Amino acid sequence: MATVEFKGKSFDVDEDGFITDYNQWNEEWVEYVKEQEGIDEMTDEHKLVIKVLQEYYEKNGIAPMVRVLSKLTKFKLKHIYELFPSGPGKGACKMAGLPKPTGCV
Amino acid sequence: MSDLPKSEEILKDVEHAPPKKGWMNIPVDIRKGMYCYAANPKSLNALGFPNVHEWNPKDEDWNLPENWQEILHKGFKERLDRFRSVKVFMDICVRCGACADKCHYFIGTGDPKNMPVLRAELLRSVYRNDFTLAGKLLGKIAGARKMDEDVLKEWWYYLFQCSECRRCSVFCPYGIDTAEITIFGRELLNLLGLNIDWIATPVANCYRTGNHLGIQPHAFKDMLDFFVEDIEDITGINVEPQFNKKGADILFITPSGDVFADPGTYTCMGYMMLFKYLKDKYGLDVTWSTYASEGGNFGFFTSHETMKRLNSKMYAEAKRLGVKWILGGECGHMWRVINQYMDTMNGPADFLEEPVNPITGTRFENAKSTKMVHISEFTADLIKHGKLDLDPSRNDDLKVTFHDSCNPARGMGMFDEPRYVIRSVCNQFYDMPRNTIRENTFCCGSGSGLNAGEDMELRMTGGLPRANAVKFVHEKHGVNMLACVCAIDRAAFPDLMSYWVPEVDVTGLTELVANALILPGEKQRETNLRGEPLPGMEE
Repeated sequence: MATVEFKGKSFDVDEDGFITDYNQWNEEWVEYVKEQEGIDEMTDEHKLVIKVLQEYYEKNGIAPMVRVLSKLTKFKLKHIYELFPSGPGKGACKMAGLPKPTGCV
Repeated sequence: MSDLPKSEEILKDVEHAPPKKGWMNIPVDIRKGMYCYAANPKSLNALGFPNVHEWNPKDEDWNLPENWQEILHKGFKERLDRFRSVKVFMDICVRCGACADKCHYFIGTGDPKNMPVLRAELLRSVYRNDFTLAGKLLGKIAGARKMDEDVLKEWWYYLFQCSECRRCSVFCPYGIDTAEITIFGRELLNLLGLNIDWIATPVANCYRTGNHLGIQPHAFKDMLDFFVEDIEDITGINVEPQFNKKGADILFITPSGDVFADPGTYTCMGYMMLFKYLKDKYGLDVTWSTYASEGGNFGFFTSHETMKRLNSKMYAEAKRLGVKWILGGECGHMWRVINQYMDTMNGPADFLEEPVNPITGTRFENAKSTKMVHISEFTADLIKHGKLDLDPSRNDDLKVTFHDSCNPARGMGMFDEPRYVIRSVCNQFYDMPRNTIRENTFCCGSGSGLNAGEDMELRMTGGLPRANAVKFVHEKHGVNMLACVCAIDRAAFPDLMSYWVPEVDVTGLTELVANALILPGEKQRETNLRGEPLPGMEE
């Protein structure tokens, strides 16, 4: 398992760079993924997506389906891609510290 | 995925000419984009698998247990005794080559070790060395070779480049089922902790939580409730489903991909609308289960025991709820597990009735032993008896073709029912060329647990023959929608189509049905289930 060191914090990550333990998530991780994703500035819209993802995950133990994320944030999928160039999974979920979904997806 | 070559370039180095050296002298090259990540030890531990350890396919050292050769030899021997089929398949092949060019992975990659005959030969060579007199005495001359770490790596690499689709088996004059050879080989690899994560983690989720995605009961209900709201917006009808209802007529089980991932979610909405219609019109009582909340069975890609463990929930839940029989959703390998193994593995389900459609009186003779009916058979039967009010013109913007999902096609012989359903709910249907459909259908390129993100080059090259046939009907007839009855298909095809035929979208069968289905009391619909304007309703 790989480790990412960033601004004095350390994170265990999987092959795709998702943190493997949600409890390790913190503001430094957000900043790290922001740089990785090439996001210039974290806006309130970015923050809303992260908040919605984390609230859903804490309640349900899984990331929301894309349509639910869209409904809860009121952002169309296209706009989520504008906010997170790698998309809702590899961009937003990664930043929020959620694991990758697996199976027939 | 960013490393994936563009579709114009990916085939430029592919050739099908034989290599200059013999295959035993060509060492395996584990190439990025062609393999899946190693299983997460946490997932394997959750299942109690042996020899769990950290390893990376790209590393020289795979951290194997010290006595790994002994474990493998013993595992091989036990299975030769246990599975007569494997023993026969090891002995019987005459290497005629009829299967060689039938594999989508061979066609797409040109790698000779993806010829089914040679993929099997990777195992047979070790079999000859360890278990036959000729192999022991003559070695290489008799096609035998010793197991070592390079051979093991070769096994691993190519056994996870087979999607167990069984197209090659259709052409084998001896009826060798290559999928069973792959299943057997992967089972051996699991003795050494060498699974891939895209299989191991769904299996662990399914074992612990009830489905591959790890959706807990309250979240499962939450997801279906979300669809209820969307359907009400579109149709004005509340289709609220029933969960875990004791004494319901029918238990419905579908892959969890349908409740989570687009475009499967629209198919899921379709099931809910169909059940609401049947309840209102005919009083049919269908229940969903938050316990048996997975139709798929990635255990099937792991070992016989794991498959059995995951499958056992279906009958257990049917018994607990006291339903008459089970209706199954649009899943692929689920149906091979049901038809080939379930009855003897977890049955007999003598507490269930032989399935009869209470609305039409049709007896599903083919489901007599398993007590499980496919939603396409069920829907086709309803349509045949005029029990559904349909307006196919709502699908008039679609020119549809149908992909026979490998397992329902070759694993249960279901060819005509889905086509009958599509022709009844859509006015424009065009089949792909005959050698690419029905029992000759080409795999999506991502089956048997290979639909991960990191093996995209394998998936796109392996999916080429299927995509090529779609492209043909797209160019000839203007086909713009690819229908299928499998959740892996619905997850894999959007990527495959956007790579090779971006003009074509993907749908499940029941989504098309629900778009055409006229619910009692519904409002005038303006959009389809995806929220796109219906034909004639565009602004």
